[in-house]
Amino acid sequence: MIPAAEAELSAAGLSKSFVGSRSLIDMALGRPASRLQALRDVSFEVARGETLGIVGESGCGKSTLARCLVGLHEVDRGEIRYRGQTLGERKGSARSRYDRAVQMVFQDPNGSLNPRMSVGECIGEALAVHKLAKGAQIARRVAELLALVNLPDSAALRRPHEFSGGQRQRIAIARALAVEPSCLIADEPLSALDVSVQAQIVNLFLELQARLGLTLVFITHDLRLVHHLSHRIAVMYLGRIVEIGPAQALFAAPRHPYTQGLIASAPRMEPKRVAGRDAVAGEIPSPLAPPPGCAFHPRCPRAADICRQVAPALETRDGSWPVACHFASAEGAV
Amino acid sequence: MSAAPLLSLRGLEVVFATRRGALHAVDGVDLDVRPGEILGLVGESGSGKSVTLRAILGLLRGSARVSGEVAFAGEDLLRAPPRRLEQIRGAGIGMIFQEPMTALNPVLTIGVQIEETLAAHGQGDARARRARAVELMREVGIPAPEARLANFPHEFSGGMRQRAMIAIALAAAPRLLLADEPTTALDVTIQDQILRLLKRLTDELGMAMILVTHDLGVVAETCDRVSVMYAGRVAETAPVETLFAAPRHAYTHALLRSAPHGGTPRAPLNPIRGQPPQLVAPLPGCAFAPRCDFALPACGAERPPLVELAPAQASACLARDRLPPWRAP
Repeated sequence: MIPAAEAELSAAGLSKSFVGSRSLIDMALGRPASRLQALRDVSFEVARGETLGIVGESGCGKSTLARCLVGLHEVDRGEIRYRGQTLGERKGSARSRYDRAVQMVFQDPNGSLNPRMSVGECIGEALAVHKLAKGAQIARRVAELLALVNLPDSAALRRPHEFSGGQRQRIAIARALAVEPSCLIADEPLSALDVSVQAQIVNLFLELQARLGLTLVFITHDLRLVHHLSHRIAVMYLGRIVEIGPAQALFAAPRHPYTQGLIASAPRMEPKRVAGRDAVAGEIPSPLAPPPGCAFHPRCPRAADICRQVAPALETRDGSWPVACHFASAEGAV
Repeated sequence: MSAAPLLSLRGLEVVFATRRGALHAVDGVDLDVRPGEILGLVGESGSGKSVTLRAILGLLRGSARVSGEVAFAGEDLLRAPPRRLEQIRGAGIGMIFQEPMTALNPVLTIGVQIEETLAAHGQGDARARRARAVELMREVGIPAPEARLANFPHEFSGGMRQRAMIAIALAAAPRLLLADEPTTALDVTIQDQILRLLKRLTDELGMAMILVTHDLGVVAETCDRVSVMYAGRVAETAPVETLFAAPRHAYTHALLRSAPHGGTPRAPLNPIRGQPPQLVAPLPGCAFAPRCDFALPACGAERPPLVELAPAQASACLARDRLPPWRAP
């Protein structure tokens, strides 16, 4: 494990729930509002310059986690630390420093770029808000940032809709980089892009990371991609991390039955593999009513009585990496 | 492979009138599907794969001009009278969509929707229809089918809705199923289940299928043959093993090379330069030429024809014999 002192970003015991809306009928009948536990006791550390991939299916809490990390959601419990300092304690200028240091790249660049502003204004606004440049400096800095993401100076004068999806994602990345963050949280930054364009943006992330020493938290459902891009991977299921470890070793010998099934489910470019039983049977349970004990037990081929009653802790058992399973083992690995 | 095709498209063209001019969404597509075969139709957004699928059943709106030939079991669907087309929709050719919620009727129960289809295709007796609906639900892997027939679509999960839509498509026992990105909106573990289900059903029922997808992994795992589309045209058609072993179109080659393959971790990928083309301003030559590493002057000059290389294999690429192995040895 990485010693805490080196951690760029760390999360300890994060929990976050959302309260559903109550209709008038619910109120009249005295029904309580539904509560969705999006994150349960999530802990991890990311070292400086490291890429942590976060994978999981819908409802696993990966996007909520991203939003908590950049402060778009307040957590209910737990602590987020940046270079040893807690996010919650940051007010005023300390908070502003954190906001600069940890930036987010969203899935849909259309939703994060103002269509009425020119690209130069979109990027320059971030510089002005954080008082990083003024006047003619802004234009110079915007040109530098566009060059960083391999777009020409002339892009600054055009509007976002004049660009293709891949180019818009480059613009969104340039804007995130405008405030000189040390850490980028990227939430499915490739899934709105065409297949032939995805590799361009993957290379851009690799290049920027090497050049600027960025720490990257990369959230995706694409296992091929996360395997390639990450140093370490965290696998989430219904609000918890079920396994976290080094990317190559974890893919070669996943310990948690869910990770094993997830990897077996992901389509590979090898003709005619689908045959026989489902890789993971059953449906993803509703996060509004997660199963007791280990949330994966209704779909798990190895579930026993203890799994139905006790939620397993995320622990390192056999000198490998942390896994939240009562029967974690390399056996049955794919 | 020698069987006569069940569905055969020749020179299919679909042109949409837009404010910016005529948009050639499908620009001369040739395809064959044999009985019992799963044909993958793969391409990026705007490649014309979904429009091709909709043109087969005459599902495009008024602004679309469709020409060419669509022969299903020897019958020309583009010239079939509307009543005949209605009979073929469902009984001859079924269709499932990416987002079942937009295809299912939200105010009718799943049971009513399956039975409606059965009635429309001549299943007269209400008791028999109910029994057949339960059987279909079981067939597509919906647990407790008797109870779930009374549910509305919103009471189903995404995966179960897709299963229900497959049950409705199967109700009229089609010989060909058109599947438009049926797993794109689903999670990986559910996608795996649905692909296995579709594969099992085509095997058991001897049904043919066209599976439209943007994911080459899905094609590799599910299809017998694949046609790769780019800018409204078929770039290449081949048996799946052949395509992944040695693609014969520079676009397929580039697409396979650009994906991560468990090579050196964190090594740069091999991206395809540039952007997909604009369909309102079609190029005189190969649409991929501006992005192609193997392009010759001839590629930009005229449109390369789709040349048959072997039975069930064809390529529209002038560089097809000069492509190096795409996978590092």
